[in-house]
Amino acid sequence: MSEQEQRSIRCLVAKVGLDGHDRGAHVIARAFRDAGFEVIYSGLHKAPEEIVQAAVQEDVDVLGISILSGAHNTLVPKIMDGLEEYDAKDDTLVLVGGVVPDEDKAALKDQGVAAVFGPGTSIEETIEFVRENAPER
Amino acid sequence: MSTEHDDLLEDLLAGKHRALARTISHIENRAPGYRSLVSALSAHTGSAEVIGITGSPGAGKSTLVDKLAETYRERGETVGVIAIDPSSPFTGGAVLGDRIRMASTVGDMDVFVRSMSARGTLGGLSTATADAVTAMDAFGKDKIIIETVGAGQNEIDIVRTADTVAVLVPPGSGDAVQTLKAGILEIADVFIVNKADRPGADRTVQELLEMIELGEGSGFASVGVGHHGPDAVADLEQGDTEADVDDEGPETWTPPVLETVATKGTGVDDVIDECRAHRVHLEATGSLAARRRLRHAEEIRTLLRSDVHRLLEAELEAQGGVTGLAEAVRAGETDPYTIAQDALEPLEACLEERSLELDVEPVSK
Repeated sequence: MSEQEQRSIRCLVAKVGLDGHDRGAHVIARAFRDAGFEVIYSGLHKAPEEIVQAAVQEDVDVLGISILSGAHNTLVPKIMDGLEEYDAKDDTLVLVGGVVPDEDKAALKDQGVAAVFGPGTSIEETIEFVRENAPER
Repeated sequence: MSTEHDDLLEDLLAGKHRALARTISHIENRAPGYRSLVSALSAHTGSAEVIGITGSPGAGKSTLVDKLAETYRERGETVGVIAIDPSSPFTGGAVLGDRIRMASTVGDMDVFVRSMSARGTLGGLSTATADAVTAMDAFGKDKIIIETVGAGQNEIDIVRTADTVAVLVPPGSGDAVQTLKAGILEIADVFIVNKADRPGADRTVQELLEMIELGEGSGFASVGVGHHGPDAVADLEQGDTEADVDDEGPETWTPPVLETVATKGTGVDDVIDECRAHRVHLEATGSLAARRRLRHAEEIRTLLRSDVHRLLEAELEAQGGVTGLAEAVRAGETDPYTIAQDALEPLEACLEERSLELDVEPVSK
């Protein structure tokens, strides 16, 4: 007998590196919650390995990385490699939010980042993107 | 079992973290076939010690769990943590914040921390938690720590899942101790006064000690305080007021009252030692088996309740949906008792027939 499946989109909102600007991450976490997602917030100043560990153990559908320090070219590849190591890269939707120059966006996408959301992106747009692109499992 | 689940099971038993994570997701989601997966996992369990941590919001549960995990790791044991946070009753969404406090063991994959939201609280919380414990046990974790939501209505649930229950009581809350008396304090195997460096800690310890002492007096044994055999829970659940009188002697476990400062790691070793002592006590007295029997009995009941509920919902749907039936009641054409009886009848007839044939109660899958 089949049971009613109770699927819920799980997200990890992650702050990596040294910048301490977490207002955006908080706003996103709250908005995701209100959209009915389950949000795990990493806290500030996390190392890429910590983010990978959390993403793998929590089996999140979506990993949202907030970087405002400009170190995305260093930090994001480390996270992507870490996810790959645990076979988690293919079915995790990775988003980057923060200040990322246009010329860096292509490189991030090549590494497997699904979308980069810069300043001015509306919350609704982000939520809609997650709803449409969260991996089917 | 599907091939996907076969692979998942194999990977999990081989120690792949991703497989354990995915298994717990299937359990949380009630994904199709998760039951057979959990059944298969059950064959590989039994070695883990399960410790439940509960207490009011902000008492320091997450911080203490973090330090416990760190200390267990120093002692060479692997740890699984299940941290439960509330979910919104309106959107079903949740912010799971326990993980932030668990920073001491970062980078150590032998501490597996999983945040769960209390989604589907009606009976679902305890079931999903118990199944996640099964998965971690099968994975080979030595210790499994369950951190409950800030104590509310679910505090009794944890008894069904954990072997040892530690209750955190914040200091300086004399009145809080009073209010807690009736509920959560009855399930404690170990009391922990966390933030013991704050004013009022001594008094809280003293109050707890007095309460425990009172509970051990013959007059109070019947209300359950100080009585920590599995029967206490059974009594509670079944509303059985009959007191268990042979509460004295070596069989009795007196819950210790410990002081900790979780942020500094003070007193954490004592907590671990007392949890171990309680476990030894459970094994020595045979209470462990009794507790686990109770747990499994409750699991069976919960599963059956939800299954039968679903069967009957479908039956109601087949009869035109509950709204239509409710309208018929409103219009005075029938009444709720008749409708319930009609819906139940085929089930009753079926069970009667089968019990005549087999002389057993059927178990639906």
